[in-house]
Amino acid sequence: MRLSLGKLTFPLYALLAFIYLLIPIVYTFAFSFNDSLKTNLIWRGFTFDKWTNVCQREGVCEAFGNSVLIGVVSTVAATALGTMIAIALVRYRFKFRRSINLLLFLPMATPEVVLGAGLASQFFNLGVQKGIGTIIVAHVMFCLSFVVVTVKARVASLDPVLEEAGKDLYANPRQVFWKITFPLLLPGIAAAALLSFALSFDDFIITNFNAGSEMTFPRYVYTAAARGVPAEANVIGSAVFIAAILIVLATQINGERKRRMLLKKH
Amino acid sequence: MAFAAFSSTKSNGTSKPKKTGRVVIALLAPGLAYLGAFFLTPLIALIMVSLQAQDPYGGIGDYIPAFEINNYFLVITEYFPHMFRSFSYALIATILALLISYPLAYFIGVKARPYPLLQKLMLTLVIAPFFISFLLRTLAWKQIFSNESWIVTTLQDTGLLEADQYVVGTPFMVIFGLTYNFIPFMTLPLYTSLERLDTRYLEAGSDLYASPSKVFRKVTLPLSMPGIISGTLLTFIPIAGDYINASGDFLGSSSTAMLGNVIEANYLQINDYPSASALSVLLMGAILILVAGYVKKSGTEDLL
Repeated sequence: MRLSLGKLTFPLYALLAFIYLLIPIVYTFAFSFNDSLKTNLIWRGFTFDKWTNVCQREGVCEAFGNSVLIGVVSTVAATALGTMIAIALVRYRFKFRRSINLLLFLPMATPEVVLGAGLASQFFNLGVQKGIGTIIVAHVMFCLSFVVVTVKARVASLDPVLEEAGKDLYANPRQVFWKITFPLLLPGIAAAALLSFALSFDDFIITNFNAGSEMTFPRYVYTAAARGVPAEANVIGSAVFIAAILIVLATQINGERKRRMLLKKH
Repeated sequence: MAFAAFSSTKSNGTSKPKKTGRVVIALLAPGLAYLGAFFLTPLIALIMVSLQAQDPYGGIGDYIPAFEINNYFLVITEYFPHMFRSFSYALIATILALLISYPLAYFIGVKARPYPLLQKLMLTLVIAPFFISFLLRTLAWKQIFSNESWIVTTLQDTGLLEADQYVVGTPFMVIFGLTYNFIPFMTLPLYTSLERLDTRYLEAGSDLYASPSKVFRKVTLPLSMPGIISGTLLTFIPIAGDYINASGDFLGSSSTAMLGNVIEANYLQINDYPSASALSVLLMGAILILVAGYVKKSGTEDLL
């Protein structure tokens, strides 16, 4: 089908859209090299100092460390719980499917302020002291549904014939799971874990309601925003961005390589 | 809800092999129990707090269990402008996100089909903003449109802005930020929908002498409706509850405060838990109505 718009309209539009999407990222990255003082508002000259001495700025690295710890623990818990639910949803038929689907969807559909205020009220009623523990509890809760969605897609694309073949060859259910199902699900589980970590690491709203006086990286930026965010925060943000992009590109290129190899064989 | 689900699977197990029933329960129970404890009961806690009354013998932030339905009428009258703002900003930003995302998603999902690697790279670019901190990317826009920036001084020099007019702190800036921050939530579902679009339908349309715009209206648009609906939902909901973009430290000012800003301030700063909770319950109620409409149209299987 040929649209009368001309061949270049869509590529040009996409180019403009990507420039728009990338502007704040480029800005953040550029200003991580700014030879700034306390705030990072105007360009004062190029320096690598902020990258080499990130932890010089009080609180940045502590907040970053807390965020990584919270991200790792919540990701492990949410991925385990979510993968189990995803397998059950795709592989088994049972009553109350609709209610379970709805229960899993609702946390994703609930605005973060509501989730945050609700959990904070719950902790208050139970007399629980807010801190790293309560943040992790909150993060596992909102990451869980996203894990289910991601892993579910992978389970659905899995050929049950492979598991049946395992059973026919006298593997017990545990062996079938660990030798066949789990390795095949691994790419989906890994994607879910990455998503979960990204969600946890970047969450501010729910965390802010349940953190008490504990700092995370987004909370550090929020508190600093009132008086000016230091360039060191840009360093952390840019470093995380680069790491995430490299991971995503590596998996994509790897996937494409495998696809091409398969095509060649046939 | 969660616990009802377990018991039902158990009773269902009698007609099926018993082992399957036990496996299902073992797989579902931990996760659903977790959501029961840390998602459902907090919502109930929220409703309870929203009905609390000021403790006559206590100080600020001391409340006693009560059944003050009046709290709801008070917040509706007091914070009506904020509710209106949340709704209208979310509506405008969602429409803008849809208009910006659709051609982009169409390009990636339909036009770029012969180049799978390019498709993947472009998808990575769409989600790239997710990898830089939400707060940092919002602050970047604040700096780009700051009062001393060349964009604002140029606008003032050309007379598009008065000398004492600025961009940061205006509804325009807040809606700009909201649109930017949530565009990937719109583009991804649109892409998923358009990627599955069978282009032979489009060819059939033009073979039957339909103009390109008619093919779009009668074929492409209806076929991509699931993506439009889920994208709209995924964009509108977080925007309606957002309080970063509209905050005075970020892109907004006191005159752009949305519902989320009130909930945050009342809950965390002035310890007025009942009013913050009542507003949260109202927001949740509005969202549930939206979701119910969606479920009625498309069922629950497509939710996840």
